[in-house]
Amino acid sequence: MAQAAPPRTSPFNDPRWRSIAFQLLLCAVIVWLAYSAITNAAENLARARIASGFDFWNSTAGFDISQHLIPYTTQSTYGRAFWVGLLNTLLVSFLGIIFATIIGFVIGILQLSRNVLVAKLAAGYVEVVRNLPLLLQLLFWYNAVLKALPVLRDSISIPGGMFLNNRGLFLPKPVFSPGFEAVPIAFVIGLLGAVAFRVWARRRQARTGQQAPVFTVGLLLIFGLPLAALALTGFPVSFDFPEMGRFNIRGGIEILPEFAALLFGLSIYTAAFIAEVVRAGVQAVSHGQTEAAYSLGLRPGPTLRLIVIPQAMRVIVPPLTNQYLNLTKNSSLAVAIGYPDLVQIFTGTVLNQTGQAVEVVAVTMAVYLTISLVTSGLMNLYNRRISLVER
Amino acid sequence: MKRSLFTFALATLIGLAGSVAQAQTLKQVQQRGVLNCGANGNLAGFGLPDAQGNWTGFDVDYCRAIAAAIFNDPTKVKFVPLTAKDRFTALQSGEVDVLIRNTTWTSSRDTTNGLNFTGVNYYDGQGFLVRKALKVNSALELNDAAVCVQQGTTTELNLADFFRTNNMKLKTVTFATSDEAVKAYDSGRCDAYTTDASALYAERLRTAAPDDHVVLPDIISKEPLGPSVRHGDDQWFDIVRWVNFWLINAEELGVTSTNVEAQMKSDNPEIRRLLGVEGKFGEAFGLPNDFGVRIIKNVGNYGEIFERNLGQGSRLKISRGLNGLWTKGGLQYAPPVR
Repeated sequence: MAQAAPPRTSPFNDPRWRSIAFQLLLCAVIVWLAYSAITNAAENLARARIASGFDFWNSTAGFDISQHLIPYTTQSTYGRAFWVGLLNTLLVSFLGIIFATIIGFVIGILQLSRNVLVAKLAAGYVEVVRNLPLLLQLLFWYNAVLKALPVLRDSISIPGGMFLNNRGLFLPKPVFSPGFEAVPIAFVIGLLGAVAFRVWARRRQARTGQQAPVFTVGLLLIFGLPLAALALTGFPVSFDFPEMGRFNIRGGIEILPEFAALLFGLSIYTAAFIAEVVRAGVQAVSHGQTEAAYSLGLRPGPTLRLIVIPQAMRVIVPPLTNQYLNLTKNSSLAVAIGYPDLVQIFTGTVLNQTGQAVEVVAVTMAVYLTISLVTSGLMNLYNRRISLVER
Repeated sequence: MKRSLFTFALATLIGLAGSVAQAQTLKQVQQRGVLNCGANGNLAGFGLPDAQGNWTGFDVDYCRAIAAAIFNDPTKVKFVPLTAKDRFTALQSGEVDVLIRNTTWTSSRDTTNGLNFTGVNYYDGQGFLVRKALKVNSALELNDAAVCVQQGTTTELNLADFFRTNNMKLKTVTFATSDEAVKAYDSGRCDAYTTDASALYAERLRTAAPDDHVVLPDIISKEPLGPSVRHGDDQWFDIVRWVNFWLINAEELGVTSTNVEAQMKSDNPEIRRLLGVEGKFGEAFGLPNDFGVRIIKNVGNYGEIFERNLGQGSRLKISRGLNGLWTKGGLQYAPPVR
């Protein structure tokens, strides 16, 4: 059977060709814009005789940083200073996310409490905290910390060899001697054992309906095993206690007031938003689900844990990711209260000393972009795991 | 992130604005009708606006002197307050025409940062402010001390050098602005606050109880402070450089804001050249020939500016010291007008 040939149209009128042509044109314009921006910048920098490139990365930084998780001295390089700043940013963001999540979930659930006083207090917290600018709150916490704590000479001595004053919190630093390796190994074994036990208990419950004390056994395995290892190896740990010097406290681990204020401020601020996300998520689960659970004979606790929360998580996780990203980005406000985060060290001192604004700012933006993409990637993975599987 | 976005905006400005202000600064300023001057908005004696928005200070008067030279009107200045860390980017990107913000002249700033320092208007050095109660007599006793410092300054680097060369331990707490650094020092976060000695006197007055604090006698660095301009505009560089020399020469020759009219009738050829009565020295800069008269009539000579803002006429009462004229044992020396 002869098929009618499709009517021939000129490529000019063919919608397929047209869309390809327009997209190519758009790509060309974007590439041209990017290219001319880069060459123009390079040319202008050269004409103004401003250094360019990344030669500065390996030159000596020459300035001191108050908190460094990796060894750093004034003799270290700008590159090293970058890593110090990045780790400080990651530290405060990571701990901030954990604290904000815990506080946020508690406040969010409390907002739904049937006790009016508790619900109103939680709602009040949310309204006050999320309606004040974060910078203001950080300055408030920082000055509150500095003003409320005593000066060095009147340091509060906490039993266990700790000191607290407006220079920070000073804790004994554990020093490990050989033989201590057994403890982390025991911890890992305990952790794996606990996971295995949980899997076994679930399978058995599915098969026979019998429940096993997963929580108690898990606790015993995770913490009991390392403690036993510690005792068997004869406690190979000693402590470097902080001591009062002429100006400052020497030795031990030091938690800076700048760090404490930033962590506190970020957690409390973001928790208010998370609380709202959680409240909305729980309320999004239809009440019929709870009633159905009750009619099956489940008590309120398991109902919340097994029926409501898993469904609420589907609503909660995407906006929760946003809050995690916000917290990470907001940590750059550290610059106002003297916490040495990436922005303070890198786009602050390093940029000023090298004068290479384009390179330094581009690197910083790339770093924040990477952190944000990784965070949201992980959260998307989690979201996919808990999302409704449709058959 | 806000700050870095701001900096990035400036950086892209360099990238996209085509040929920013190359060899055209004077013309641009004249067309605009106002001089954009990068100033310190936070340091009594050098640059500080009062409650009514009137700026006063040693560096501020230098901005006014340049405006007077161009417009015969010292009020045609827009002061742009800059933090230590953002100041160079602001100059590089063309946001300000000249940076006069107690800025130390160093080799790397003169080269890789794309600046040209035009001279030294104040010879300074870095010192320490401590509490009297600490009973410290010298900076060498500060081993193990916590020191508050402002970011993006030579101070930050000298501090680290000083403690290292003297084998002393240091805990630095760094802040973006001097405001925050002084506040933290005042609330006991640090044992000492360090910056240029001239500024320490002003900052001491900002603490809650100035009498409880003392400036240590040690000076640990050389801090030659001066105006700077962008690379690549020689005419503008010459103007900013020679406004300073004009001010110093005027003091040396005894020409003041009160006697400048009378001095124009002077027989002294040096004074006649300075005030444009003889020769075409002003026109060579692209300025009116009598720009010297304009400057001195409106803001005074170097000595007048100094005394008004930093010396006996001010709260700071800083003596001339290194900043005296070379004829009086100081370092201020200007090449001749001829």
